[in-house]
Amino acid sequence: MDLFEYQGKQYFARFGIPVSPGGVADTVDEAVQQAEKVGYPVVVKAQVQVGGRGKAGGIKLANSAEEVRTHARSILGMDIRGHTVRRLWVEHASDITREYYASFTLDRGARKHLGMVSARGGVDIEQVAAEDAMAVARCHIDPTDGLSDADAQRLVDQAGLDQEAKAGAVDILKKLYRCFVEGDADLVEINPLILTPDGRVHALDAKVSLDNNAEFRHPEWQEYKATEELDERERLARSKGLQYIGLSGTVGIIANGAGLAMSTLDVVNQVGGSAANFLDIGGGANAEVMANALEVINTDANVRSILINIFGGITRGEEVANGIVEALGRVEIKAPIVIRIDGTNADEGRRILKAHESDRLVSQPTMLDAARKAVELAKLAEVPA
Amino acid sequence: MSIFVDENTRVVYQGLTGSAGRFYGLRNRAYGTQVVAGTNPRRAGTDVEGIPVYAMVKEAVEQTGATASCIFVPAPGVESAVMEAAEAGITFIVVITEGVPAQDEARFYNRLKRDFPDVQLLGPNCPGIISPGKCNIGITAGEIATPGGPVGIVSRSGTLTYQALYELTQKGIGQTTCVGIGGDPVPGTTFIDCLERFEQDPETRAVIMIGEIGGFEEEKAAEFIGSRMSKPVVAYIAGVTAPPGKKMGHAGAIISGSQGTAQAKMDALRRAGAHVALNPTEAGELMARVVASLPD
Repeated sequence: MDLFEYQGKQYFARFGIPVSPGGVADTVDEAVQQAEKVGYPVVVKAQVQVGGRGKAGGIKLANSAEEVRTHARSILGMDIRGHTVRRLWVEHASDITREYYASFTLDRGARKHLGMVSARGGVDIEQVAAEDAMAVARCHIDPTDGLSDADAQRLVDQAGLDQEAKAGAVDILKKLYRCFVEGDADLVEINPLILTPDGRVHALDAKVSLDNNAEFRHPEWQEYKATEELDERERLARSKGLQYIGLSGTVGIIANGAGLAMSTLDVVNQVGGSAANFLDIGGGANAEVMANALEVINTDANVRSILINIFGGITRGEEVANGIVEALGRVEIKAPIVIRIDGTNADEGRRILKAHESDRLVSQPTMLDAARKAVELAKLAEVPA
Repeated sequence: MSIFVDENTRVVYQGLTGSAGRFYGLRNRAYGTQVVAGTNPRRAGTDVEGIPVYAMVKEAVEQTGATASCIFVPAPGVESAVMEAAEAGITFIVVITEGVPAQDEARFYNRLKRDFPDVQLLGPNCPGIISPGKCNIGITAGEIATPGGPVGIVSRSGTLTYQALYELTQKGIGQTTCVGIGGDPVPGTTFIDCLERFEQDPETRAVIMIGEIGGFEEEKAAEFIGSRMSKPVVAYIAGVTAPPGKKMGHAGAIISGSQGTAQAKMDALRRAGAHVALNPTEAGELMARVVASLPD
C-alpha cells in the first residue's frame, strides 16, 4: 500500500525524522488556515500517488493568503496523469542549499536490505543513477544485524554529502532504517533530502510503500487504507476478497491462481485479443466466489466476452463446473462466456457444463482454444449490429 | 532418484491441528508421505487420526526422527515456527503459509543462513514439493503427478506448477521431483538451488522451469543454465502482457534497470540455450520433443 506524501511525512515523524511543518487541506479555506498556521512562504502541494506533480503544475509557492487561495483553487480538482487531486498538503517553504537522495528497500536479488544515498538528489535521480552508477552510494545490510552506525557513516561519506550535512544525514538514515524495518515498509525514500542554509537536514518529500502482509501488527494503518486510491472495480473486487487489476481490453478474465491468470492474459494477447482485467479468484472456485467474480466483471462496460480459466488441483472439475452453473443462475451476465476447465476430474466438469451450453456459454478443452474462442466472440460483439 | 525429499523423508507438520494443516497433512499421508508428527503446544498428547501431536518440534524430532517440517501456522507465527524447526535439528523446512511480512522473511532467511547453514528452506507462500510416488509435502494434488521421471519441475507459480505437472502427465511423461518455490520477496529456495540438484540427480534428464515477471531470479537462473547445466531446460515465463504494477519511488528502478520484465527474462533464457515456450501447453509440447530425443 502506497502512502500519500502527507501520510508518509506523518509516518516519518513517528520515527523522529524531521519534516517541514505543514497540514492537510481539502478545501481552499482549509488551505489558507493551514498556511496561516505554518507561516509564509508556503508550498501548496497536490496529494496524488503519481510522479511528475511539479511539472503538471501541482506544486506552487505562495507568499500570501491571496496566493494560497489562487493556487489551491486551481490545484484542487486538477487531473494529474489520470489522478484527480482531492487533497492538498500545505507546508512552510524551505530554503534549499543542496538536494540529496536517501532510501531503504529490500534487494530481492541479494535477499538483504539495501540502503542508497546520493549527493545528487532531486527530480532526475533515476537518470543520474543510470548515467553514473558511482553517483549513488549503496550498502547491503544483513537484516539480522541491522544498520550499524558505521554503515550509515559510510553511506554518507561514499555519497560525498557536504561536510556540514553529514551528522544530520547519518541521524536521519538511522531513523529512516528504523521506519523501514519497524514500520514494515517495502520502501522508504526521501527525495529530496535537503540541506538548508542554516545547516539543518530534513525530508522535503516522503515516499513510503507499506507491506500489506504486515497489516495485522499495524492497527494504525486503517486510516491509510481508507484513503487508498482504487478505481471502482478494484474497490468492489477488494471488498469481495478478489485480486483484481483493471485493464483496458475487451476480454474479461477469471482464473484461479495469479500465475494462471497472468498466463491467461498472455495467451489472449498471443491470439490477437486484449484483456479487460486481471482477476485471480484464488485456490477454490465455488459458486459464491465465481458469482462475485462475474459481478465484478459485469461492471466493466468494455467487456465483450468473458474467459474463465480454471485448473482443478485439489478443487475438482465437477465442483468447479457446479459452481459456475450456480453462479450463472445468480448473476445476469452481459457478455458471452468461454470456459476452460482442466486438471483433476476435468472430464466430469465438462460434462456438467455441456448440459448448459448455448451461444452464451461455451466450453473449450484447452487454454489456447478457449482464448481463441473468447477473442473471436469479443471481436464479433464489437461490430455494430 | 529425486531431489530434496523421497520415500525416507519423515515429516512433522507445524499447525497440523488447524483446518488447512489437518486437511493437507492427511492428504499427504494418504499419498504415501511419512507424516510422523504434528505440533501444537495446546494440543500436546492428542493425535490427528493417529498422527501424534507434540508441544514442540524438538520433542517431535526426538520421538519420531522427523527430518523435514511442513509449516501451516498463520503468518504472524511463521518466523518463530521456522526458527523452532531449525533449532530442533530439522534440515528441510517447507512454509506453505501465505501473507508472511517481507521483513520477517528477510530476517529468518538470513538468520538460517548464518546460524543453520545446512537447513534448506522452501517458501514461504509456496505449494510445496512432490517427488511423485514417494513423498508429497504441501498442497499439490498428487493425482496429477506421474512417478518415474525423467523430468524435474521448478516453478514460482502455484497453479502453473500444477499445470506443468498435468501437461506432462497427459503426455505420459513422468517427473522426478516438482518444486514450487513460491513467489514471495525472499524465497528460501531459488531456481538455481533446484537446477543445481536436478543437474546432479542421475534420474532427472530434463527440466521445466516456470518463472514470472519481477525480480532477477530467472535472469540468474539463465546464467546458471548457460554455464553449468548439461541437461536440457524448457522455460516458460508468465506475465508478458501483465499490467505494470503501480510503481512508487525510484529505488526499484535504480536497482533493476531493464531487468525483471518477462521479455528480458525470456531473452536471457534463450541466450542460455533453454527452449522458451510462449504458454504452458507449448512448454509441455516442447518437453515432449526434448524427452523423445533423449538418448537411451
